[in-house]
Amino acid sequence: MTVKSAVSLSIEAVGHSYRDLRVLDDITLSIPAGQVTVLVGPSGCGKSTLLGILGGLIAPGQGRVLMDGPIASDCLNPLTYVFQDFALLPWRDVAGNVALGLQAAGLSRDARAARVAEVLALTGLTDFATAWPKQLSGGMRQRVGIARALAVRPAVLLMDEPLSALDAQTRALLLEEFSTLIAASGVTTIYVTHTLSEAALLGQQIVVLSRRPGRIRDIIRIDRPLIGRRPGDPDLMAIESRLWALIRDDAADAAREFTDAGG
Amino acid sequence: MQEVKFRGGGFAPRPIPFAGALTLLLIVAAWQGAASLGWISTRFLPAPLAIIRALVTLVQSGELRLHLAASLSRLAYGWAIGTLAGLIVGFALGLFSLARTPGLAIVSALFPVPKIALVPLFVVWFGIGEGSKLVTLGFGVFFPTVINTLAGVDGVPRNLIRMGQSFGLSRAAILAKIVLPGALPAILAGFRITTATAIILLVAAEMIGADYGIGAFVLSAGNLYDTDALLAGITILSLLGLAISWLIGRLERWLLAWR
Repeated sequence: MTVKSAVSLSIEAVGHSYRDLRVLDDITLSIPAGQVTVLVGPSGCGKSTLLGILGGLIAPGQGRVLMDGPIASDCLNPLTYVFQDFALLPWRDVAGNVALGLQAAGLSRDARAARVAEVLALTGLTDFATAWPKQLSGGMRQRVGIARALAVRPAVLLMDEPLSALDAQTRALLLEEFSTLIAASGVTTIYVTHTLSEAALLGQQIVVLSRRPGRIRDIIRIDRPLIGRRPGDPDLMAIESRLWALIRDDAADAAREFTDAGG
Repeated sequence: MQEVKFRGGGFAPRPIPFAGALTLLLIVAAWQGAASLGWISTRFLPAPLAIIRALVTLVQSGELRLHLAASLSRLAYGWAIGTLAGLIVGFALGLFSLARTPGLAIVSALFPVPKIALVPLFVVWFGIGEGSKLVTLGFGVFFPTVINTLAGVDGVPRNLIRMGQSFGLSRAAILAKIVLPGALPAILAGFRITTATAIILLVAAEMIGADYGIGAFVLSAGNLYDTDALLAGITILSLLGLAISWLIGRLERWLLAWR
């Protein structure tokens, strides 16, 4: 499977509020084509809102998002999500879930079957094609989520904390798989996470957001290829430490804010 | 030293095979025994064997076929009309803000009204023939269907709809592939309520101006103090309810295999 996306995004002065609650403020950012941009920041800083705006699921209160670059002819859904809670249809089997975007695009039955078979093989799900989502573990469900996304050959992959609902071991294994799949496909990827080690292992551009209202605090670039990055690598751990130093105070404030709200 | 006692049991009911059928059989056997021994006056409560004899007579005379055909036809049409209208209105209330608030006010105001009380009014409006009977059934089925459909639509996880939107599904495709299957468990649960309601209203409707139908038969048997025939009619209604419940169970197993 080859995607090699040449599509980039430009975020221009984007801001957003939920009623009186300001969650994002003056975000201006370039998302380079074919690279992985990771958004990190404390809870409630608007990461997922920004991802929703990038994917056209949330209308920004201010500013705009521009998409640039040629979209491949076989791309059926340029901006494609992978969801935190998998968002699988429980009444469709694995193959049916993977085929959903292909059906929406009006692909013929044969073409659909071919693409489904291809991505199921790519994600190690061939033997589970007829399984119901309830029969799968969390990790397998998220594999279905990524297979469904890759099936439409996206120009931009939007991943909203895709590993946060999984246990630590499954996260580590899936992160490696994501890294390999993204590197192989070359798809422009925007990845939202709370986990700084994920950001360091996957990010080529890491955007650190401040606490609410989210503003860009810093942008860190990692020029190493995705393949070959390993947990425990001293350079990546140094980046992780730098990220923590950047968000630590905000994260502590955000945690207190949530505790106060809860109490 | 003290052994830690297990205290985590209970609160996990599980079906016991044949317990339901066996319980019914035991009750009928006890009833028959009490009647045979003269503990129960058969003038007031006929024995099960007498009811079975009345049923056999009904079958042999061909009367049962006529009454059952009339009732089943009314039940099917009345239930289908009420269900179809209820599904349309329920989906409209669930999907469109403009329909929701005023629609819910009307449904909430009319749902608690006892539909049997409206039968004479329907007779005035739609005549004493089939029209009033079908409207009575349809009206009774309509409201629970609306409520269950609305609950089903509201219960479809919002993230699934967002997922559909993110993959570029049209509104119609989201409705067909996400909202409808997501609401189906609640809709089918509603079918259990509406079919039982329909049987109750069927009998009430058939007691006014009907020549044939189980309700008309039960009324006629009651007027003649033919308690054997009366209970035979009630047994038929009960068996009808059981058969419909079984059919809905099969439908649920087929349509909701994914659960």
